[in-house]
Order: sequence, then C-alpha cells, then structure tokens
Amino acid sequence: MREFARLYAELDETTSTKRKLDALQAYFSKAAPENAAWAVYFLAGGKPRQAVPVKLLRQYATEYAGLDEWLFDECYNAVGDLAETIAHILPAPKQESDVGLAEWIEQRIAPLRGAAPDEVRAALFRYWDELETSERFLLVKLIGGGFRVGVSRLLVTRALSAIAAVDSKLVAQRLIGWTDGRVQPTAQGFLQLIAAPSATEHAERGGQPYPFFLAHALQADPATLGDLAAWQVEWKYDGMRAQLVSRGGLNFLWSRGEDLITERFPELMSIRLPQGTVIDGEILVWPHGDAPAPFAALQKRIGRKLLSAKLLAELPAVLVAYDLLELDGVDVRQLPQHERRVLLEQLVDQAAQPQLRLSPLVLAEDWAQLALVRTESRARGVEGMMLKAKDAQYGVGRTKDVGTWWKWKIDPFSVDAVLVYAQAGHGRRASLYTDYTFAVWDSDAEGERKLVPFAKAYSGLTDAEIAQVDNAVRRTTIERFGPVRSVKPTMVFEIGFEGIALSPRHKSGIAVRFPRILRRRDDKAVEDADTLDTLRGLLAQAPP
Amino acid sequence: MADMVVVRKEGLYCVPGGFYIDPWRPVERAVITHGHGDHARPGHAHYLCATPGMGILRSRLGQINLQGLGYGETLEHNGVRISLHPAGHVLGSAQVRMEHRGEVWVASGDYKVEPDATCAPFEPVRCHCFITESTFGLPIYRWQAQQAIFDDMNAWWRRNAQEGRCSVMLCYAFGKAQRILSGLDPSIGHIVCHGAVEPLNRIYREGGIALPPTVMMGDVDKAALRQSLVLAPPSAAGSPWIRRFGDFSDAFASGWMQLRGARRRRAVDRGFVLSDHADWPGLMQAIRATGAQRVIVTHGSIPVMVRWLCQNGYDAKGFDTEYGDEEAGEAGDA
Repeated sequence: MREFARLYAELDETTSTKRKLDALQAYFSKAAPENAAWAVYFLAGGKPRQAVPVKLLRQYATEYAGLDEWLFDECYNAVGDLAETIAHILPAPKQESDVGLAEWIEQRIAPLRGAAPDEVRAALFRYWDELETSERFLLVKLIGGGFRVGVSRLLVTRALSAIAAVDSKLVAQRLIGWTDGRVQPTAQGFLQLIAAPSATEHAERGGQPYPFFLAHALQADPATLGDLAAWQVEWKYDGMRAQLVSRGGLNFLWSRGEDLITERFPELMSIRLPQGTVIDGEILVWPHGDAPAPFAALQKRIGRKLLSAKLLAELPAVLVAYDLLELDGVDVRQLPQHERRVLLEQLVDQAAQPQLRLSPLVLAEDWAQLALVRTESRARGVEGMMLKAKDAQYGVGRTKDVGTWWKWKIDPFSVDAVLVYAQAGHGRRASLYTDYTFAVWDSDAEGERKLVPFAKAYSGLTDAEIAQVDNAVRRTTIERFGPVRSVKPTMVFEIGFEGIALSPRHKSGIAVRFPRILRRRDDKAVEDADTLDTLRGLLAQAPP
Repeated sequence: MADMVVVRKEGLYCVPGGFYIDPWRPVERAVITHGHGDHARPGHAHYLCATPGMGILRSRLGQINLQGLGYGETLEHNGVRISLHPAGHVLGSAQVRMEHRGEVWVASGDYKVEPDATCAPFEPVRCHCFITESTFGLPIYRWQAQQAIFDDMNAWWRRNAQEGRCSVMLCYAFGKAQRILSGLDPSIGHIVCHGAVEPLNRIYREGGIALPPTVMMGDVDKAALRQSLVLAPPSAAGSPWIRRFGDFSDAFASGWMQLRGARRRRAVDRGFVLSDHADWPGLMQAIRATGAQRVIVTHGSIPVMVRWLCQNGYDAKGFDTEYGDEEAGEAGDA
C-alpha cells in the first residue's frame, strides 16, 4: 500500500507526462507482481465495487475522529471529496504497517463486503490506525468505489511496454479485459502482460475485442486536410460505439468502455457472421425510415434490465458497421482504410441481415460541396461527419501515428439562459461554485414571466471566468439548500447542446443532450434571455 | 460588565483604552499584532508594536509614528494595562493582552503554536476572553511536524538538482520565505531569492535570526542555477523573470496546499503544506490554554468554530473583521 500510495502521490502531483511515465516505470520495475497486477487494474481504469456503503464510511470516520455529523458535513463541503475528507479528519495513527496492495484488496477489503456493521467498524478502526494520510485516502477510495487516477490508459501501456521491452500495441491488446471486473488480477496475469510475444497469443484471445481507434475533433477548416480524394467520408452517428466479435460460434458485443453488452441487444447477438470476424460500428435504434431514432431512444434500451417483446419491437437496434478489424481469424488492422472498407462491404453484403447495416460513404466533388451536404446532418439524425484518411491503419486509442480519423461535428444548438442555481464542484474545483443550473423564460396563464430551469452545465469556462462567476454567486446568493445556492438572476450565458427531446421527467418538459457553456453573455440583460418557446422551436429541427 | 473590545467600522476597538487593534481604517491609536498587509495598514496617527517587529513595520509602512514594546513589558493607557506576547506567526508577531479593573482580554492576531527558528514561540496567556483567529478552523487542517516538511522540501530540491533542474519555491515573501530558508539544506546548492524576498531576509538577519546564505539571480552562473533553489512570491509564477530559469520544477508552500483541489488549481509540481497559522488541534489547544470562558472568533471559519466551541461549553461568538479574505480561500500569508 505504501509503494502504491507513493506512486499515486507522484502521479497526482505532477502535470508532466514524462514525470508520470518515470514514476510508473519506477513502480512497475520494483513492485511484486501480485501488487503490480492490482496497480495495473486501478491505473488502467478498473472500478472496484463498493465494499462498504458511503453512509457507513462517513459515520464511522466521524465517530473515530470524535466529531459531529454537522462538522463532518462542513469539512466535506470544503474538501469536495469523501475519501480526502476522511483522510484529513482522522487523528494520527498509532501503529505502522506495510501490507502489499494485493493483500489489502483480497484479504482485507473484499471480506468487508456484506460483513456485519460491527465487524466493518472494528476493521476500519484497525486499518485507519495503521495508515498515514495518503494511504488512508487510497484505502477509503478503494473501499468506497469510485477510485480514479489522473493517468491515461495509454500512459500505463507505455510504461509497461518500456519495462517489458514489448511493443506498446501488443500490451494494449493484452490489457483488454483487465479492467472489466470479471477476472481477478493475479501475479501470473501481470507476468503475462509483460511477457515476450508468443505465437499462440492470438488464438488465446477468446471473445476479446481490439482496443478502439478514436477520432480527433476537427477544429480547422477541412480544406487544410488537402485533397478530398484522400479521405473516406461517413456520417457521424449519435449512438453507442461497439465492436461485434464473432469467434468460436459465439457473438460478443463490446462497448467502448470495454463492457460486454451482448445480452442488452439480442437482435445483434443473432447476427450470423463467418468465424473470426470483428466489426467496429455504432449501435442505433432504427425502427424505420431514413434516420435513426434520437439517442434518447437508445438510452431507454440501455437502461432497461428486462427487454420485453414490445420494447424490442418498438425500439429495434441495428449495428451500423464502419470498419473491419479481423477477418477469417486474421488481424487486418494494419491494412489501409480503403482496403478494409472493400472487405467490410463484401462481408456485410454476404451476411445479408437487416440488423447489420453498412455505414454509407458520403460522396462529394470537393470540400465546399461536402460542407453543403453536411448541413443536412440534423435532419438525418447525425452529429456531423467522420473523415478517415484512406491510407490509415486502425490505430490504438486516440493516436495519429498510423493515420487519422477526424470528427467534423455540426455546430451545437444554442440558447441564452440565466444562471439560477450554483453548487460547488469536486476535485480540482472543490470549494468553487462551478456546477450551474440554467433557466429560460416562460409565461404562465396570467402572462406572468418566470424562469424555468432546463439544463445543468459544468464545463466551458476558463479558470479566470470561473473565479468571476464564483465571486458573483457568493455576492448574489438568495438562499442555501445544503451545498446548493440559489442566486439572484443576473448572469446570462450562451448554452450549447447536441440534441433536444421532449421529456416528461423535466420541469421544463424538455431534455437536452451534452449541455455546456459556450460563453458568458455580459452584453445581454437577464430579461433578454431566450424563452421556453425558443427551445420548443428547436425541437422541430431535431428528427422525431 | 461591558465588553472590553468591540468591532467598529474602523476595526477592533478597546473601549476603555480608546485604541484599536489592527484597524482597517485610519485611526488615532493603533496596536499592530504583526506586519502582514491585512493587519498593518497605513494612515494611523500612532502605532504600537512588539519591538522585534519594528523593522518590518518601518520597511513596509515607511515613516510612521511608531513605538515599540518588548514582549512581556507593560504599558498603561487610559487605565488599561497593555502587554504584548509572542504569537509565533512571523517575526515580531504579538498577542495583545489588555487588563482593565481585573478583567483580562487577549486578542491573538494571527498565531501558530508550533515553534520555529525565525520568531519567538507562541506563549499561552491566561485571560477571561480570548479573541482568536480561525483561518484553518476546520478539522481537516492538521499539520505535520515542520521538520518532516523541511525534509520533504530538501529531498525534492536534492532530486531536482541531481537531475539538473532548478527548483522554484513559491511562497509569501514575508514570514513564510524566511521560515523555509531556516529549514533548507544549503549544501545542496545556491539559494536564490527574488527581489521581493531578499529585503525581508535582511531585516530578519538584522533582528538576529540566523538564515543560510542567499544570493540574487545575477550572482549565479547558468550552470549553477540548475542546482539552485529559488524563493519567489506567488505573483512571480508565469512571469518573464521566472521563465529565465529554463526547465524547472515548481512548488507552492501554504497551508491551503493541504487539499488536493487547491493543489491542482495551483497547477504546480509540488504543494508543501506549511502554514504560519494554527491548525485545528492547534486552535483548540491554544484556546484551552488561555483558560478563557469566553471566546470571540475572527477571520476564517467563524460559524464552524463558534458552533463547535458553544457545543463544548464555551461562551463563543464571532466578530466580522476585514482581515484575510476567507472567501478568496487562498490568502497569500497562509
């Protein structure tokens, strides 16, 4: 635990990628394999299940520290992180220990799950008394779930690749499935991760997908990308990215977060493909017509545990295929994009199944004409276009080293709205009012105008702007409800969002997708902010 | 009996004595607890401070009508016996003890209970009513022993020096910088001080405080700079001055660095948790040691401290002052 806590502190302290990489390498080259295995799990984004409910952690820590509940809440509001709050309020430890990470997880933390409250309490008191602040912080994170480290999976891959002297793409491939929680990290597993390449590796892959190749957002004028003929253009769908793996007579469907989601989509499970096929594509709900249903429809499918026949009939899913990664059991990711496209077209054509569609190519004479076609995006129910270099290989993660995918998204919807509630953020934004609720004007039956909240947004402001808004929130507070403050309506912001749909669950009757702050509108008076009618007008632009 | 000290729009006012303590508007008579800008302001007709703090006050406020009083010495004014006692915050910092008709009040100014080498250690003073600061008045603030922090600082500096990288330590120029200096290991390399820090070092040395040798930037050649530690005020971050150090690792030293959120907002490589204020246990210890039944809480976490103290049997209330800026949360002198 001590070594891991030190690593965590080093990763947390520096913003330099090189120093993070150095710290990771130093750790992995000396940690015992069973501990390193768990470290990989956490650093690569594995999320431990909660072993003790947060409510109990909070209660026992308050007792241990001899504080009152209200005082704990004050502390929590200042810190903005439960584990950190607990780590800071506990009195100094009287014992010392240095137990390895694996033993902590397997022998000490796992048994807490479902244990009697008295046992949990006694165990926590014992553990807290032998750890110092940074270790206590980690312990509570590991017990309470929700552990996150400020390091990318790519960086972990690079560190492992460096100490093992194995190609980092191979390490990335081996890391697939490490963090999905079904297989427990072991010393043997770690040694395989850093072992020399073997001939049987591909065959041992089972139903595992490949690391996803991710696109970059195109900010520049697309004409800067050169000749349009060098680019394969497709629509950018607003669905769920997925890989369909067909091996050993079974289909496996994987989300981008490497969750196995096969059971959620029985219609895709039944797609028949030649053995040893892996397709990359987008899951969409597409009942009929030329445009898929909005994302909200897919969300209904994802959220439902039991899939009734009625639901499956109303909201049928399809896989829109746009890349081919494996064919006849052979990894074809190194072929250029245009060759993979030809193979994909043949495959989809031969499969001949309605729930497997080919992502159509968008053709145009030049960039100007393409830009014109792009204006149809909203009516087609897509977010814009994908531009894929025709000679690009299928890379690992968000890289540009073997060719690039660009996402060329349409401008978001936008309205001017008024800030009405603010809440302090977490982590880097603790003790700062950074989470805002925005409202637009509506008139009631008597014609009285009032502000109706319609969206929450957290992102889009610079640190300097946040400081200004934070200050204004404190100055214009009307009321406090726990961590939330209602404020006098004085500030107008332009709010952008990707999609809009009717929603009986929202007070405004409208739900927007990916709301964020585009800019502060100091030039606009509160009275001139947009109305609910403006929002309703935007509904008409979105596909039904 | 009427309260001996009240808040007026000019500042904390000793009613029978007819003088102010750290007033924020110009007054006739001001007793100054220490030289930080939010406590020692210009424009008063007459100043009184602890003798070791006179140099600082003169350097910051220029030609003022200043009277010094040694720690523990007494002075009578309008029937109030005034004495000053070390607050352990910075050089010359003092608590103000006021005795009138047998009743004793103490105003703490800013204080720290852990002793350090750059100023006289905090002295508990028995009183009936204690006016305490509360900058770090939450149980999340518990400081490590300062030697552990100095060890961390030296280890950070040593490692940077070995890797040929300059170390830039950002901290408040008065008090914090000198305290850090007293804990640095000068065998690692040169200690370079920013133009805002060096004049204060001089005053400390003149006051008999031993500090390791320091140099100005122009005194060190480029190669030696890479083994150096630079002490600079937070305002120097991102300035052209600091960019001249090339590839450097930066750190910030303040009690606020206790929280990850504050550290990450600072976006420095290291945050050292070193404060010249009392932590939560320190505040509680200091309050207990006064034996006071009444406690008045100023600048910091007033509502929290007042509620906690009342719950623990004290007669506590708050004073709204213009010291520090609790909402700003990252006051420089913490």
